Amino acid sequence: MPACVTFEDLTLGYNSHPAVHHLNGVVQKGSLTAVVGANGSGKSTLMKGIVGILKPMSGRCAISADITVAYLPQQSELDRTFPARVIDLVSLGLWPRRGLLGRHRKEDRAAVAEALSAVGLEGFETRAIDTLSGGQLQRALFARVLVQNANLILLDEPFNAIDAKTVADLVELIKRWHGEDRTVLVVVHDLDLVREHFPHALLLARGPVAWGNARKTLSSENLLRARQFHEAWDEDAPWCGSRDVYRHDHAGHRQGVA
Amino acid sequence: MSLYDWFIAPFTEFVFMQRALLGATLLSISACPVGVFLMLRRMSLTGDAMAHALLPGAAVGFLLYGLEIVPMTLGGLFAGIIVALCAGAVSRMTIQKEDASMAAFYLISLAFGVLIVSLRGSNVDLMHVLFGSVLALNDEALGLIGGISFATLAALTLFWRALVAECLDPLFLRSVSRLGPPVHFVFLGLVVLNLVGGFQALGTLLSVGLMMVPAAAARFWTIRVLPMCLLAVGFGIASCVSGLLMSYHASLPSGPAIILSAGAIYIVSIFTGPRGLFATRLQSKSHRTA
Repeated sequence: MPACVTFEDLTLGYNSHPAVHHLNGVVQKGSLTAVVGANGSGKSTLMKGIVGILKPMSGRCAISADITVAYLPQQSELDRTFPARVIDLVSLGLWPRRGLLGRHRKEDRAAVAEALSAVGLEGFETRAIDTLSGGQLQRALFARVLVQNANLILLDEPFNAIDAKTVADLVELIKRWHGEDRTVLVVVHDLDLVREHFPHALLLARGPVAWGNARKTLSSENLLRARQFHEAWDEDAPWCGSRDVYRHDHAGHRQGVA
Repeated sequence: MSLYDWFIAPFTEFVFMQRALLGATLLSISACPVGVFLMLRRMSLTGDAMAHALLPGAAVGFLLYGLEIVPMTLGGLFAGIIVALCAGAVSRMTIQKEDASMAAFYLISLAFGVLIVSLRGSNVDLMHVLFGSVLALNDEALGLIGGISFATLAALTLFWRALVAECLDPLFLRSVSRLGPPVHFVFLGLVVLNLVGGFQALGTLLSVGLMMVPAAAARFWTIRVLPMCLLAVGFGIASCVSGLLMSYHASLPSGPAIILSAGAIYIVSIFTGPRGLFATRLQSKSHRTA
């Protein structure tokens, strides 16, 4: 299968501290991959790196030329008190089509209505977003992704604080995108959900612990290695590539850190 | 005294009242929507800080040319833009949030401005700079306010979608467009521009009042941004008419009278708006089934 996203020795991070460290690999076109790992293991940072919000500290992240990207940030990034209706939020997904100034046409309004219907929010068009439940808001955000009609879809923790019925509905939507040959990367914490529904998984602990078939990736041995990952950054850590790093890395390997 | 004498005659009989009404209306049309976005971005007090930041530039203009509108305005504009850029750059390039960097820069700016005014002027001059004089708007001032209103409305129309997206979901905007950071600076530019426009009429301290108080009042009445902006403009114009009439009939200073009128609308809105206290806290005990 051709590559959709290629990581070449990619390091992403903040203030000289890596959150994703020397990642190599390829996300294939049409694949459905769960990105798993502990808090601080670099999952959300990787999403921001792919979408271009965060520039690499070193290496590169290359997206194939014909790829359009839809990104769903974590809900906490959204200002729920903002005075907007559901239809306003979903219509933001028209940006790639209409940009800053393009008028929303009849077919755009139809696409928004269809997306709302697909996520079960018919009749919610004029509801203020601050009156929605967490699950309803997440459905609205999925509708926005639908409207974007992209062929690479990045979802950052879309199932957080969502009830089982909504999770099941949203998983079906993700599977539909996968069936339509779109490439989908989803940050997930529920490992059972990954084993049941995702063909591929990337287990991160700043660097990749394992990547490939979801069940093999989430083996107890790999999960044990990932669990030994240390979340806190070290202000006194040696600079990557220096002689000290050699000793540091070896110490890390003795602890099982990838 | 007839209703005509109370409400109409002051504006038909006196040119200075007509000028004041025109200037204040133009200011309301452009400053109030900017205030709505400031409030929605949780930057309400940034407007206040920016208003202080204009002072040293205006003061340098005053020091060199006296109470002349063009040098004072250009000076204020320059100082405001410098402070906005510095505060924005510090917050984006360091760990410090914009409220702290803005506070630091505006306080430095304010102290510097008061120092400069005191080098040459009297307390009366300082009062003029701080509180303005809407009843003494000349052609130059009206032309400037008109130009600022036009530029603001044009920029808001052009960047409307990006401004809304940046307030609602900034990461989403950054994922679909590179407009996020430029829009932020364009917006800060609009804030400075409107404060400069308001500065001649209401002074550096009260010009932010016309920007923020009608916007804060409009928040209690609607759940959509465009109606909120239109309502804020309406409240702003009503405050200006009411303030000017109070000023005329009761010999009150016009700037504070305008802002107090806006304050009255705000207090009424707190209680009676559909999103205000009565509607949200004192609803009837009956409830719907779903």
